[in-house]
Amino acid sequence: MADLFKLQIITPDRKFYQGDVEMVELTTSEGQIGVYAKHIPLTAVVAPGVLKIHESGEVKEAALMSGFIQIMPEQVTILAEVVEWPEEIDENRAAEAKTRAERRLQSHDANLDVARAELALKRALVRLEVRH
Amino acid sequence: MASMRDIKRRRASIQSTEQITKAMKLVSTVKLQKSKAKAEESADYFNLMYDTIASILRRSGTIEHKYLKAGESKKKAVIAVTSNRGLAGGYNNNIIRLIAGSEELPAEDTYVYAIGRKGRDGLARKGYTIKADYSEVINEPMYQDAADMTAELLDLFTRGEIGEIYLAYTFFKNTVTHVPKLVKLLPVEADLSEGSAEDANLLMNYEPNEDEVLNAIVPKYMSSLIYGGLLEAVASENGARMTAMDSATNNAEEMIEKLSLQYNRARQGAITQELTEIIAGANAIG
Repeated sequence: MADLFKLQIITPDRKFYQGDVEMVELTTSEGQIGVYAKHIPLTAVVAPGVLKIHESGEVKEAALMSGFIQIMPEQVTILAEVVEWPEEIDENRAAEAKTRAERRLQSHDANLDVARAELALKRALVRLEVRH
Repeated sequence: MASMRDIKRRRASIQSTEQITKAMKLVSTVKLQKSKAKAEESADYFNLMYDTIASILRRSGTIEHKYLKAGESKKKAVIAVTSNRGLAGGYNNNIIRLIAGSEELPAEDTYVYAIGRKGRDGLARKGYTIKADYSEVINEPMYQDAADMTAELLDLFTRGEIGEIYLAYTFFKNTVTHVPKLVKLLPVEADLSEGSAEDANLLMNYEPNEDEVLNAIVPKYMSSLIYGGLLEAVASENGARMTAMDSATNNAEEMIEKLSLQYNRARQGAITQELTEIIAGANAIG
């Protein structure tokens, strides 16, 4: 069995998660990473993606949208601005947001903020993926 | 001596005032409990955020970053957190005095971003320029509000229109002690003295690099400071109102007691006088 380490996920409103875990997977601005115990110290910026928490024998999923992660050898802390469990996601709203973002991206509007629309689309996709 | 009817009327009026202050006290007690719990829950996030920023700065003391040095503009911005309603003792006035009395924030060079109508009006009277008014926010603070405000202020800071950003709010120490506080948000100033030596020896890596990480974290740090400040302020407001209404109720009770005494004395006096008159009349006949 792999070594366990402490994982804390904190949002401005609540303690989202706290416990001993084997591995945590998430997306940073540089790509997807998986963190085991005794990882080198690292601070990275979180990008929208699926968060997978591997507890011993069980995997929990959540939609992590923004924040940053601080990795220490014995402890990992994620300061998340927005993070949701699957049961907290409104599927209809996410599907609507996806359609809206897709339409915006196809509209060829000169004033379109492409980066922002892509981010919105990404968020909607992550929510839908976690929900299913 | 006032007539019996006057005393009675005055007592009744104070009694109904007492009922109002009593009810207001109860309402703010309930609100205080809710807002206190909320403020305590957000404290974790804020403390960790502060530690992270401080440890980044500690480990990379020489780092050059636009958020770490003051802008060239002489203009300063202050976010003034007060309440929309009065009857909270010195709560609103303390913030206004704090801003007006500070040397860093002279009226002519300071833009006020007001949260709370009382502070907005008070500062406007003192000659401050009110740049924006977010008074609705204080009724139900959300993290998104703080993030929006941060985005707006950071934009002005980056464009060089303002040089420094402050936050004035009331820190909720406990139910009866609230301390008005003025905090510098930008440029970021973390206390570098604290923190263990072990912490400083740990070699931290930044992905993609320190600059980018600071770019991403500083806005979140600011939002969390503002959000934390809002929650503390709401708790303080309710605490201040509770204390104010409690002493108002006590004063009313005292006055009612005094008036009751006066009323009874006047009543007694009237009866005695009437009796004397009757006896004197009876004696005259007999």
